[in-house]
Amino acid sequence: MNYWPLLGVAVVVAGFAFRRNPVLVVVTAGLVSGLAARKSPGELLALLGTAFVNNRTLLLFAVTLPAIGVLERAGLRERARAWILGFARLTLARLLIAYHLVRQGLAMIGLIYVAGHAQTVRPLLAPMSEATATRTLGALDDESRQRVRALAAATDNVGVFFGEDVFLAFGAVLLIQSFYQREGIALDPLSIGLWALPTAVAAFAIHATRIAIFERRLAARIRRARTGDPGAPPAAGGGDAC
Amino acid sequence: MLTLSHVFLGIGVLFAGSAVLDAVDRRWRAAAIWLIVAAPCLAGDEILAAHKAGTPWPAQLMGGGVIAIAVLAALSKPRPSDDDAAQAAAREASAARLGDRLFLPALAIPGIVAALVLGARPASSPVRWLFDPAQPSQLALTALGIAAAIALVAALAVTRSRPIHGLTEGRRLLDAIGWPAVLPVMLATLGVVFVDTGVGKAIAALVEQVIPTDSAIACLVAFSVGMVLFTAILGNAFAAFPVMMAGIGMPLLVKLHGAAPAVLGAMGMLTGYCGTLVTPMAANYNVVPVLLLDLDDPYAVIRAQWPTALVLWIVNLGMMSVLVFR
Repeated sequence: MNYWPLLGVAVVVAGFAFRRNPVLVVVTAGLVSGLAARKSPGELLALLGTAFVNNRTLLLFAVTLPAIGVLERAGLRERARAWILGFARLTLARLLIAYHLVRQGLAMIGLIYVAGHAQTVRPLLAPMSEATATRTLGALDDESRQRVRALAAATDNVGVFFGEDVFLAFGAVLLIQSFYQREGIALDPLSIGLWALPTAVAAFAIHATRIAIFERRLAARIRRARTGDPGAPPAAGGGDAC
Repeated sequence: MLTLSHVFLGIGVLFAGSAVLDAVDRRWRAAAIWLIVAAPCLAGDEILAAHKAGTPWPAQLMGGGVIAIAVLAALSKPRPSDDDAAQAAAREASAARLGDRLFLPALAIPGIVAALVLGARPASSPVRWLFDPAQPSQLALTALGIAAAIALVAALAVTRSRPIHGLTEGRRLLDAIGWPAVLPVMLATLGVVFVDTGVGKAIAALVEQVIPTDSAIACLVAFSVGMVLFTAILGNAFAAFPVMMAGIGMPLLVKLHGAAPAVLGAMGMLTGYCGTLVTPMAANYNVVPVLLLDLDDPYAVIRAQWPTALVLWIVNLGMMSVLVFR
């Protein structure tokens, strides 16, 4: 057994520990592992090149950028803010939990690419969350606004992660099935997807609880800022930079 | 009949066009990165075909491009936001004028993806003619490409913009993300290199030497911790799963301790997802949104996620210890 390619893993860990540029760290790690496995430079370059091309589906997020960009320039995010303010009884927690439920439910029936950070979180969910929080809780300072946006992104991640594994044709289920098949164990994809359900339910319960806690803490924080320091600068309403 | 290759031609045009616009603005490093990234989109099939046919130089050139992107990314500085008050006011006015019509193209993306994916389910569906039957796994992604194209046309019509705005606005968002846009592909590439150079096997061999194998719970905990750790290092659970299953899952849990394979597989994979939630290596989920949402803290999304990941990991381990060894 040649243990030297593990040096690549060490490069990744060290690179992130010292906060080097992640792209540089990742490519260096690949080169180190390749050379440690005694690959010739020609082989290694071809391996990097073919692997890069084979994984180009990860560039697919760019496909929605032109449409979203055009709409944003015409005020999509401003409109999203104004529209969500029409729901008088909506709170930040209700909005995010409802989004989580819909996102996870859609992922469970295989609709994974209907939403995402570029498609829905940046143009719709993030401005709606900010506007709803501002209406129900009061003006947000910059840090609070950023945390609301980050939670919106986190909610999209948790929703899609723990929904998609229930869907039978999703890559993870097929990967699990094909792994066992190579080991001589035949499994029905249905049985694998079914056992993803307990975790899916737990993920929703845990994250929804955390959203509710986040809203309470945010409310307390805003109350403190208002009573403790009446001269605090009001947060800018809609003037966030792109 | 449409395939993912057609979708990539469109994305390639976006990247190449962004490279031209950045070059005109004398932003050379960004221009060079987008130009290299356009290559696998525009000529990816040809590169792979040449490599299969025994002509390695296009793939090697692409490999050289990968290294060049790494160097260019390390030299790049973040671009200052060029949004000003006049633009913000113009957007407010436009939003008030166009109203809810703005939502139509945006919601057309999920709507069309859903219609195409669900519409193609029945074997006799006419929607199937749109797609290549040889590549069923790419149907949803191809549908996303179709939906994005229709949404762009609708967006241009609703906002009365000129077609070139599709490129200039797409480029604006692409430049707002910057080099992290290529990080997900780079990480997946590293995963391939790790598998190809035997990193996975070396890790499995090490793990087997370390853990006490006679305790079923110790093996399960080691499997669970290993899934999270290797998912965090490799950036996705798909890469970690075969490594941990080969090292611990099959030999110790299934064969030695009689674990139920379906339960172990499904819940083991989801254990790995808890690792995905806490690692900057999962760039498309944890780093790209930081840039899309203009957050100052590069770990803001991970900070919003880690408590969910930690609690879920513990709950999942507890459920596994009951369900796996029934």
